[in-house]
Amino acid sequence: MKKRDVPQDKSNLESTNSKELCYAVNEDGEYTTAHSSGWAPKTIALDNAIADINERIENAKQNVLNEKSSPLEYYMEVHKMDIGILASYAGLWTWRVKRHFKPKVFNKLSNKILQKYADVFEITIEELKNIKHGN
Amino acid sequence: MEINFTHHQSAHCENGVVSNLMKHNGFNVSEPMVFGIGSGLLFCYIPFLKVNHAPAITYRAMPGAIFKRFAKRVGIKIKHEKFKSPEKAKLRLDENLKNNNPVGLQVGVYNLEYFPDEYRFHFNAHNLVVYGKQEDKYLISDPVMESVTTLTGKQLEKVRFAKGAFAPKGHIYYPTGFPDKLDLEGAIAKGIKHTCKDMLAPIPIVGVNGIKMVAKLIRKWPKKKGVRKANHYLGQIVRMQEEIGTGGGGFRYIYAAFLQESSKILKNEELAELSKEMTVIGDLWRDFALDASRIYRNRKAKIDAYNDVATQLEVIADKEKVFFKKLRKAI
Repeated sequence: MKKRDVPQDKSNLESTNSKELCYAVNEDGEYTTAHSSGWAPKTIALDNAIADINERIENAKQNVLNEKSSPLEYYMEVHKMDIGILASYAGLWTWRVKRHFKPKVFNKLSNKILQKYADVFEITIEELKNIKHGN
Repeated sequence: MEINFTHHQSAHCENGVVSNLMKHNGFNVSEPMVFGIGSGLLFCYIPFLKVNHAPAITYRAMPGAIFKRFAKRVGIKIKHEKFKSPEKAKLRLDENLKNNNPVGLQVGVYNLEYFPDEYRFHFNAHNLVVYGKQEDKYLISDPVMESVTTLTGKQLEKVRFAKGAFAPKGHIYYPTGFPDKLDLEGAIAKGIKHTCKDMLAPIPIVGVNGIKMVAKLIRKWPKKKGVRKANHYLGQIVRMQEEIGTGGGGFRYIYAAFLQESSKILKNEELAELSKEMTVIGDLWRDFALDASRIYRNRKAKIDAYNDVATQLEVIADKEKVFFKKLRKAI
């Protein structure tokens, strides 16, 4: 990549007013660094990934409202987690977390377990039980 | 207290921390040098690991490996520590700061307050330097940021004890001993040999073979997984290749910069030529990313388009195979 070709596209970096460092070749063929404000191919990829997450959150929300899943699924998606990451933060086995996704099982959970999840998401048990408190 | 530490922005966090700590201790070692000597360049497809609901593909060595190899090859001593208790982790950090010793920390990105929201994923192998403390604010030099920043004790604890894959467990590291003179010549040769070995490894998911395997998968994805997932996976590859940290072209440009610098140190003209060749290969990676983005931009695409980008990857794999064989001979 030539230094003058370092892309200066719009990106999400703008929000924090920062630029990233790229390596490129200058006019004399020497390697040097150059700032880039972003590059469209990866901005699109990132935007898609975020749209994907928002869709997952919306799906999870519907699942919870239709009582197909417990609120854990919703909060997990909001925090961009998967079951492995959630289990790791809660300090539980993944198979237990998976079980807690069933509304029937979730509704019978002890306050001790609920508190673990509430701490992970930094909310109260009340908020954990009812996703309408969320957002 | 504030340690007199100079912040230099870098493309990648791990190289940047090492390079900045080296400069702080009076050794002017560039980011590409750290990356090349530490054999940072790699390609690996990890079928059993998913990141953001897509197959994991990495363009770099395992977190921590670059620093470890660099230290060993140039002869510096590094102390590493991990902790079970956040209190002990904090205590050790404070001790070091009191002794005027800036330290490297491994942290998770998800709770890193100064990152733009969109970049905050559960990625636990980020690195930064702490170079002081003012009341409850830790002074942070994050090499991928343009300037220094701060985190409160609580914020820092959260990122040091992030959970999930590669959980940092409070990982703290700093150099403890330096040789009188760095043996760059020997270290460069070792670093290059190691990278050639990795990239030409006779393992289907690693190096040149790994690139070919991913190309094959890209051809299959739209039929097997549906266009939606195929596009998500493709987007993930481009992000791993180009997102903050690689310096462009999946680290190929940093590596080319390393070869150029090495050719001067070793007085080896061939390396300068190979640097130019690596730049061309880097450009091919960029072209691949650009064409892949044309596919996932629309969320619908013809099967042909997937085959086209897969072919591009296969061309790259063939070129890199020739390249690393030549590089192995040049050293």
